[in-house]
Amino acid sequence: MPDVFRETFEIASGDFASAGEASAKIKSILRMIGLDPALTRRVTIASYEAELNMIIHSHGGEMTVEISPDAVLLHCEDTGPGIEDIDMAMQEGYSTAPFDVRMMGFGAGMGLPNMKKNSDEFTIRSDSGGTRLDMRFDIK
Amino acid sequence: MTIAQAAAALGAIPVCGEENMDKPVNSACGADLMSDVLTFAKDGSLLLTGMVNQHVIRTAEMLDVVCIAFVRGKKPTEDIIDLAKQTGVTLLCCDLTLYEACGKLYEKGLPPCPKE
Repeated sequence: MPDVFRETFEIASGDFASAGEASAKIKSILRMIGLDPALTRRVTIASYEAELNMIIHSHGGEMTVEISPDAVLLHCEDTGPGIEDIDMAMQEGYSTAPFDVRMMGFGAGMGLPNMKKNSDEFTIRSDSGGTRLDMRFDIK
Repeated sequence: MTIAQAAAALGAIPVCGEENMDKPVNSACGADLMSDVLTFAKDGSLLLTGMVNQHVIRTAEMLDVVCIAFVRGKKPTEDIIDLAKQTGVTLLCCDLTLYEACGKLYEKGLPPCPKE
């Protein structure tokens, strides 16, 4: 087995029917390799939040999981339109999600803070060309 | 508490996952907002909700929630039941309101999902 396992998932804008499929696959990969269940859960929650955000807010993009002996990395990159105010978006309860998304039970403004809470390192960059999220989960 | 005991307390009928009725539930939470569930539901817990869609099942799958009880007589559609079967989540339906259902389980000693 190579030192780093890597898999990329395409996430389509507005594709609510498939929401969670990429994260469910990531979860099953982490389970298969025998990763600690508590860590698997943290990665899965963050991945699902990121996947939902891309479906709800972006024009679509990619989510890549990288697994090495010392960490799980999640990279999410979309093609826009970008987050207007990252500081506001990082606040719990701040949301720009439309009404129909809220009717599905999402868009409560907990996504980005929850990703930060569940990861060991969290960075976000955003402009009108797209948003890039990098999360690291240490394997101890 | 087992899923079967929780179902009895709620007067609930299992919709799928009957084979898991003897499995334990260690805590419970009640919410319609999956964004909230994602921030506080714990593994091995039971989710009480009035929200009925596929995202509820997906959310439970991500969090290792073992059982979902739909309240106020709401019934999941076949596609929701199919997804629950695939993911191994047990589904219950009861006629109580969310408030009453939470109260019944709390009264029986099932604790809330612990805060951090």
